[in-house]
Amino acid sequence: MILIPSPYGGAGKLPGPAFVFTTAYDGNVQAPSSAVDDELFREILLDHYRHPRHRGLLERANGAAHGHNPLCGDEVDVSLLVTDQGVEAVGFDGQGCSISMASASMMAEEVDGKPMAEVRQLIARFRQMLVEGKDPAELGDMGDLEALAGVRRYVARVKCAMLPWTALEAGLEQVEESHG
Amino acid sequence: METLDLPRLRRDFPILAERVNGHPLVYLDSAATSQKPEVVIDAISTYYRSANANVHRGVHALGELATEVYEGARQSVADFINADPRGVVFVRNTTEGLNLVAQAYARPRLGPSDRIVATVMEHHANLVPWQQVRDQTGCRLEFISITDQGRLDEDSIGRLLQAPTRLLAITHVSNVLGTINPVRELVERAHREGIVVCVDGAQAVPHMTVDLAELGADFYAFSGHKMCGPTGIGVLYGRPELLEEMPPFLTGGSMISVVTLERTTWNEIPHKFEAGTPDIAGAAGLRAAVGYLAKTGLDLIRSHDQELTDYAAEALSEVPGLRQYGPPANERLGIISFNLDGIHPHDVGTILDREGVAVRAGHHCCQPLMRSLGVAATTRASFYLYNDKDEVDALVRGLGEVNRIFRA
Repeated sequence: MILIPSPYGGAGKLPGPAFVFTTAYDGNVQAPSSAVDDELFREILLDHYRHPRHRGLLERANGAAHGHNPLCGDEVDVSLLVTDQGVEAVGFDGQGCSISMASASMMAEEVDGKPMAEVRQLIARFRQMLVEGKDPAELGDMGDLEALAGVRRYVARVKCAMLPWTALEAGLEQVEESHG
Repeated sequence: METLDLPRLRRDFPILAERVNGHPLVYLDSAATSQKPEVVIDAISTYYRSANANVHRGVHALGELATEVYEGARQSVADFINADPRGVVFVRNTTEGLNLVAQAYARPRLGPSDRIVATVMEHHANLVPWQQVRDQTGCRLEFISITDQGRLDEDSIGRLLQAPTRLLAITHVSNVLGTINPVRELVERAHREGIVVCVDGAQAVPHMTVDLAELGADFYAFSGHKMCGPTGIGVLYGRPELLEEMPPFLTGGSMISVVTLERTTWNEIPHKFEAGTPDIAGAAGLRAAVGYLAKTGLDLIRSHDQELTDYAAEALSEVPGLRQYGPPANERLGIISFNLDGIHPHDVGTILDREGVAVRAGHHCCQPLMRSLGVAATTRASFYLYNDKDEVDALVRGLGEVNRIFRA
């Protein structure tokens, strides 16, 4: 798989000007122990955020789409190579919060190599989990994506998780249109 | 030195007793909208319970009472900003006020040989209306740039504050950086060149004494809801001579004098710019709000906000990986924008929210400024008269939690 260089820079890295009150992170955080549950920011989500899978756009793709959330500025590009067998390759690029980027990474991992019918079904099940609030246990195996179930309790963040999926749907539509 | 009596003052705001996600509410988002004191909430309720009628219409007692409430609010606001009440137009919010200036003042006057100047730090409300005027009239639109410290760039001011510039649109206080712009000086310079000045005062009026006779701005817009008042009412001040010359913005009832089927003559200012039934209850609430702020003391409020901003800037500078934007804290007003290296502001905002701390995360309706800072978004903490140092400490603890989760 040949990847195109990212215009967004490193994963989750916020570029910034070098002015005023910069404190270098020394890796030595004395944080108070917290009583809050970390259901939203589970380790598996943070792992996809820090080490995204399928990051980078395909050089040879027949479907591509750009997703943008004007509310927060998150952006994601999805590129697809779809054949009669299904999704042969998938890549994404973008910049945004942990939820949108982890969602993109998990999505790419799950749809890669899947026949179209299963991809369609996965999109529907993911939407049921996040938008309709269905229990992931009732929706069948969704791999790492189940880690995003907690997002549904944060109404303002559901859009973040859905962003790469709407781009995926737009990319698939493009493929179908070009096949007539 | 006299200071605000915080424990007593905090009891004036019922919402501060609320709990959020199991924590006491720590509301650090007053630059988006302020909380409301009981006197404002009561004024609205009292108006609807005992004085509700339409204004400038009925000859009945309630109609007169409602008119007194509404026009009394205009007088209170005029006193609050030291302006002629004939120049005080009630609008929905700052955005509507600025659109009024764009469409009723600038659009009929400007053409392809003219120029409007704004700044890179403008809120979309003081940017998009001018892009519209540019597209409608063919005039030019240029921008004063900002320095790395978040101040207006002097070279660019000197270059742009001259012919063919006809109008300067500028924010008094930046809603992202908290920068206080030298509006009085800029107005003087602009007027020497015959340039009319339109100021976005949304972040200034809540926090500092704004004396329009002294500032000399031709137009000055602000919102009630950021200064302890209700949503839905704002103010556009316009120099009466200019308002007289301008055509109406919206037309219909109330703003007319004589209407025939063929033509209409306009009501006197400021009524010419208030078409239809206004937000009378909102005016009653705004009147209570300016009364509350005046009684508390704008100078005390300003020094309190300044002290909290200094305290927060210092405390935040100790947070690992945190970068603040804008000028030094003593040149800012109640606002701190920052980022934690490598952590998206929305993630910061969500974790803080779970600790009961409300901040704003995003582009703050300032996408060009974000681009100029080289960031996609920032987290913003903003302070007002009811905030205290314990709440700043809660913010700092919350940021420790963000670092714990994201850097584990």
